[in-house]
Amino acid sequence: MKNSMESSRASKLKHIHVKVNGKEYEDVVESRMLLVYFIRERLGLTGTHVGCDTTNCGACTVIFNGRSIKSCTMFAVQADGAEIMTIEGLAKEGKLHPIQEMFWENHGLQCGFCTPGVIMQAFWFLKENPNPSEEEVRQGISGNLCRCTGYQNIVKAIMEAAKGRVEVVTAPARSV
Amino acid sequence: MIPRSFEYVSPTTLEQALTYLDEYGSNSKILAGGQSLIPLMKLRLASPKYLIDINRISGLDYILEGAEKDSSSIRIGSMTRHHSIETSSLLWRRAPIMPEAASMIGDPQVRNNGTLGGSLVHADPAADWGAVIIALGAKLKLRSSSGERRIDSDSFFVDSLTSAAKGNEILTEISFPVEKIAGGSYAKLERKSTDFATVGVAAQLALDASGNCERVGIGLASVAPTSVRATKAESILRWHEPTKARIEDAAKAAAEESRPMDDPLRGSAAYKRAMVRVFTERALTRALERAKRTEER
Repeated sequence: MKNSMESSRASKLKHIHVKVNGKEYEDVVESRMLLVYFIRERLGLTGTHVGCDTTNCGACTVIFNGRSIKSCTMFAVQADGAEIMTIEGLAKEGKLHPIQEMFWENHGLQCGFCTPGVIMQAFWFLKENPNPSEEEVRQGISGNLCRCTGYQNIVKAIMEAAKGRVEVVTAPARSV
Repeated sequence: MIPRSFEYVSPTTLEQALTYLDEYGSNSKILAGGQSLIPLMKLRLASPKYLIDINRISGLDYILEGAEKDSSSIRIGSMTRHHSIETSSLLWRRAPIMPEAASMIGDPQVRNNGTLGGSLVHADPAADWGAVIIALGAKLKLRSSSGERRIDSDSFFVDSLTSAAKGNEILTEISFPVEKIAGGSYAKLERKSTDFATVGVAAQLALDASGNCERVGIGLASVAPTSVRATKAESILRWHEPTKARIEDAAKAAAEESRPMDDPLRGSAAYKRAMVRVFTERALTRALERAKRTEER
């Protein structure tokens, strides 16, 4: 995508183009607006959560140009020209993503607040390391805090997703 | 949390960024990975009027090796993200201290965004990279609109959160030599993932043909107002065979010369000093193992 800010002057308001979950958006944002608020309040994609707002909890994790980042620690203006994927972009044609399926199957959540962030981090992590050990999974989600589960079922869900047991249990497909 | 209002520019060339820096001066900050700066801006501890985002400048993200006669030299672009260092097979082969330290920084998402150069210029005494580049004897390349200079890692850390990079300069490259028989390691004590080091020790050893230490670098994190070199510990090993007893002596010396502070979160000064001894011993022992393994290649 083209970067609309090349050689433009400094300003507090910026015109940005962003592709989120395959859909293109244009908007004018204040330079201090954090990416997570842009995603939630301007695009209405409220699956991405604001937890600690201090780069600790990972509830705001999204995929930014292929890498997982904490969207409370990036400005929306930085995303001009970027491709972003949020939790809303995972399910395809009404069919949950295998990682989502495994969270369902393994009861990988309790209150669910951290879940979108954990799943997006797991999505990036499994692309990097498709065949992880349990220890590696735990390291891989060390930037995501869950205050309910004690992580056992989260780790189990990610391990199962990695093992590709997904296909066995996805039929019949659940609707989203 | 909402930062104070600021004006934003995102130059696509280094020259353009340097021009902005000249124009906006001390009212501006360079935005690299933003994993320290943005939290500070959200807390309003930093409130730059202008933010110069250098993420759109290409050519500052690389890891290269230049081979020389008896050693090689590694050059890393300042915008290289921690994750790229963590997963670099070249670095795991030639300078494992770098990816090892990278893997202990923050958490995966922070490592996906944070950069080597940004962390160094931020000059947090609790950061990991300062100790590592001191141990490696690295040089830092700083660019300004009037030219370029190279500075030793020893003179780069001026004070807590203050580096030697001037207001009109951008750090562009970190380079260091790796001898033929050399190894290094970073040992870090942290309370939990994402926390700063309670104590961090970086050790790099180069051995001569008879197994004596030709070069010793020991850098300490989080136990002084800046990242520091443990010079007394180094001198105990330099030109000597790194026996277990000598490594223990060096570790004791490092503990003695460290200057940690009491801190309610991470422990007393005495505790941290004791941990400097333990972690220096660990880092040196692993550095030596790795150096010996390079002989076999």
